[in-house]
Amino acid sequence: MGLGDEKGLILISAVVEHKPGVLHRISNMFRRRDFNIESISVGVTEFKDLARMTITVKGDEKIADQVVKQMSKLIDVIHVEALNWGNSVQRELALIKLKAETHEKRSEIMDYTSVFRGRIIDVARESLIVEITGDSEKINAFINLTKQFGIIEVARTGITALARGPSSIGEEVKKNLNER
Amino acid sequence: MGKISGAKALLEALKKEGVSIIFGIPGGAILPIYDELYDFDIRHVLCQHEQSAAHMADGFARACGKPGVCFATSGPGATNLVTGIANAYMDSSPLIAVTGQVPKSMIGKDAFQEVDIIGITTPITKYNFQPRSASEIPEIVKKAFFIASTGRKGPVLIDIPKDVQTEEFEAEFPEKVTIRGYNPYKKPCEKQINIAVKWLASAERPMILAGGGAIYSEASSYILKISEFLLAPVATSLMGKGVFPEDHPLSLGLLGMHGTLAANKLVSEADVLLSVGTRFSDRTTGKVDEFCKEAKVIHIDIDEAEISKNKKVDLAIIADASEALKAIYEKLINYLSKKEETPWFKRVKEFKEIWEGWIFEEESNKELKPIPILKILRKILPIDSILVTEVGQNQMWSALYFKVFKPKTFITSGGLGTMGFGLPASIGAKAAKPDVPVVDVAGDGSFMMTENALSVSVAENLPIIAVIINNKVLGMVAQWQRLFYGKRYSAVKLDRVDFVKLAEAYGAHGVRVQDLNEFSNALKECLKLDVASVIDVPISPEENVLPMVPPGSSLEKIMGVEKWDWVMKKG
Ligand SMILES: Cc1ncc(C[n+]2csc(CCOP(=O)(O)OP(=O)(O)O)c2C)c(N)n1
Repeated sequence: MGLGDEKGLILISAVVEHKPGVLHRISNMFRRRDFNIESISVGVTEFKDLARMTITVKGDEKIADQVVKQMSKLIDVIHVEALNWGNSVQRELALIKLKAETHEKRSEIMDYTSVFRGRIIDVARESLIVEITGDSEKINAFINLTKQFGIIEVARTGITALARGPSSIGEEVKKNLNER
Repeated sequence: MGKISGAKALLEALKKEGVSIIFGIPGGAILPIYDELYDFDIRHVLCQHEQSAAHMADGFARACGKPGVCFATSGPGATNLVTGIANAYMDSSPLIAVTGQVPKSMIGKDAFQEVDIIGITTPITKYNFQPRSASEIPEIVKKAFFIASTGRKGPVLIDIPKDVQTEEFEAEFPEKVTIRGYNPYKKPCEKQINIAVKWLASAERPMILAGGGAIYSEASSYILKISEFLLAPVATSLMGKGVFPEDHPLSLGLLGMHGTLAANKLVSEADVLLSVGTRFSDRTTGKVDEFCKEAKVIHIDIDEAEISKNKKVDLAIIADASEALKAIYEKLINYLSKKEETPWFKRVKEFKEIWEGWIFEEESNKELKPIPILKILRKILPIDSILVTEVGQNQMWSALYFKVFKPKTFITSGGLGTMGFGLPASIGAKAAKPDVPVVDVAGDGSFMMTENALSVSVAENLPIIAVIINNKVLGMVAQWQRLFYGKRYSAVKLDRVDFVKLAEAYGAHGVRVQDLNEFSNALKECLKLDVASVIDVPISPEENVLPMVPPGSSLEKIMGVEKWDWVMKKG
C-alpha cells in the first residue's frame, strides 16, 4: 500500500519547537512550495517546549517525500515523518450544532449520537451540540446522517495522529541530539 | 565584562565571529548600533542603497567563503535589502543581515518605519531572529553564523528592536551553540559510496556535473582527481563555474540553456552522471524529463531536499561533497587502475576541438564583438582575478567564453538572476580580496540599476573595473524577442546615459573604446589605476548569445550550431 489514503491524502506528523512564529514558518513553507494543506492540528506534547503537528496534504508519494524533506530542513522542526494510514491511528474531533425543535427529533438525534459513541454536550430549546470523535469518515457519516435535521454549525479539529507501536518522538529527539 | 548595551553586544559578537567589514546604511531604528560602531574597530562601508549593501556582503562572502554582513534600518531600509537577501538565498551564499526595528511596544502598531521584515523574509532566509531582550543577542549572533555558514549555506536575518539595542545587561558570550532541529554535519553512507564506486568503475561514458555546492564545499581537488582517473569529462552549472579548470582537456564548460556544444551534446550520451552540489535547475537541465535519460544519475548534496526535487535520481548521497568525493576516490583507486585512453575520451576530444575551433578562431578584424572582448579579458587579467557579471547576455557571454581556472573567481547571480548584482558584488569581492583585480562585466541595463555603487567604490577605496558591454538595449530580452517573438522589440531600447561622464561624475575613471585594440589598451591602463574605472564598450544591439537551447526544450535542441549539423547527426 502507498502512503496516501484512498482520497490521495498524505499524513505528516511533526514535532516542532513550541514558540512564536513556528506555525508561520511551516505554513509559509507549504505555500511557497505549492503543497496543498488539507488539515492541520497543533498541540503541546509530553515535552514542555515541543509541539506536535499533524498535517494532511493532497498529494502522492513524490509529494510526501518532498514535504518531509522540506519540513526537515526547517530549523524549528525536530522530527518529521509521513505516517502510513494503516500503521497509525487517526482521530478527529467535531462539534456539531443541530436543529432539534421537537421532542421526536431530539430523541432521534440522541439515538444516532449514542450509536456513533458521541455525546450531547449542550442542549438548548431548539438546538443541540453533539461532540463526536473518530476518523474523518465516521464524522462525515454522522454529518450526512443528521443533515436532515438541519445543521446550524460545525467545528472540526482536523486529523491528529500517532504511529502505532512503542516508538516515540522522545527517542527521535534524543537521537537527533546525540548525532552531533 | 560588566553591563553593556544590546548594541554593543551585537558588535562584540560580530567581532568574535571574525567580522572585519560591514556594508550598510544607518537610520533611526538602528542608530544605537551605529552609535556604538563609532568606537569600534570594524570597518563600515557606507552604501547608497541597501540592495547594494546586501550584494556587497554577498560578493564578499562568495570571494572569500566567510559570511558577509550588512546593516539596514527598519522599514524601507529593511525592504530595500530584500532583493539582496533573496539573491543570496537562491545561490546559497552565507549572508548576515542585521536590521533595526521599532521599539517592542510599537511592534504591530504600524508605527513610523515599521515593517514586518521577519514575515517578509521568512521564505528567503535560511532562518531569521528577532531578539526580545538584549540578553538573547550573543547567542543569536552565534547561531546566525552557525546556520549561515554550515550545511547548505544561506542568508540569516537578525531584526533588533530599538529598545533591545539600548537595553543594558550582563553579557556572556557562548563559545558554542547547538540547535536541536539543525544538524548540518552529514557523513556519507558507506553503502551508497560503494554503489557509486561500482557504477563509476563500470561506466563506459562517465561524466561529472558540478554545481555551486561543489565550490562551497571546496571539492575541486577531488573532482579533478576522479575526472582524471576515470577520464570523465566535467561540465558545470553556472554556479559551478570555476570548480574545474576550464583549460583542462576534460573540461566541457557550461551546461544548459547557454551551455557549450560539447557539454550539451555529450551529457545525453553519458551512461553514468556524477552530479555534485547542483540542484538541476531548469536553466541547467533544459526539459528535465529528457535530461540525461540514458544515464544512471548519482547525486551528491548536503541538502536532502534537493534529492529528486527536480530530477529523479538513481542514487543519492547526502553529505558534504568533499567528504563524499574523497570516499569515492579512495575506493575507486583500489578498485581499478587509472584509465588511459577510451573511446569516450576520444569523443570528448573531438567535440571539444569543434567547439574551441569555433569560439577561439582568430578574429580577423578589430571589431568589438562579445567573444573577442572576453578573450582579451582572459588574456590580460591575471589568473587570480575575480570576474563578476551582471545579468543578461553579458553574463552568458562571460560564462561561455571567459575561461575560469579556480573556484571563487567567477561570481554571478545564478538563481535569482538579479540585474544590478554585479557592480556591488564586485565591490564586496574587492573588499575580500584587495590584492587581486576585480572586474564587473556589465550590460548597460543592469549597470544602471545599481550604478550609484560606483560612488561607494570611489569613496571607500575599493576600486573595481566595470566593463560595460554596451548594446544600448536590454540585450537578453531583445534576443528572446528576436528569436521567439517575431522581432517585436517591446520596451528594450536603452540609450540614455553617457557612461564616461557618469563615471567621472562619481569620481571614477571613464573611457570609451572603439575597437579591440583600444579595449586591450584601456583595460591594461585601468589595471594600473587605484580608482574605480568604467570602460564603455559599444557593440551592436543585434548580437546573440549562441548556442542556445530554447526554453523548455531538451538540451539536444541546440540553436546556433547549424554549421555543425553533421556533428549533431553523427553520434
Ligand atoms: C532586476 C531584474 N529585472 C528584470 C530582469 C529581466 N531581464 C533579464 S535579462 C534583462 C536584460 C539585461 O540587459 P542588460 O543589463 O543591458 O544586459 P545585456 O543582456 O544587454 O547584456 C532583463 C531586463 C532581471 N533579470 N532582473
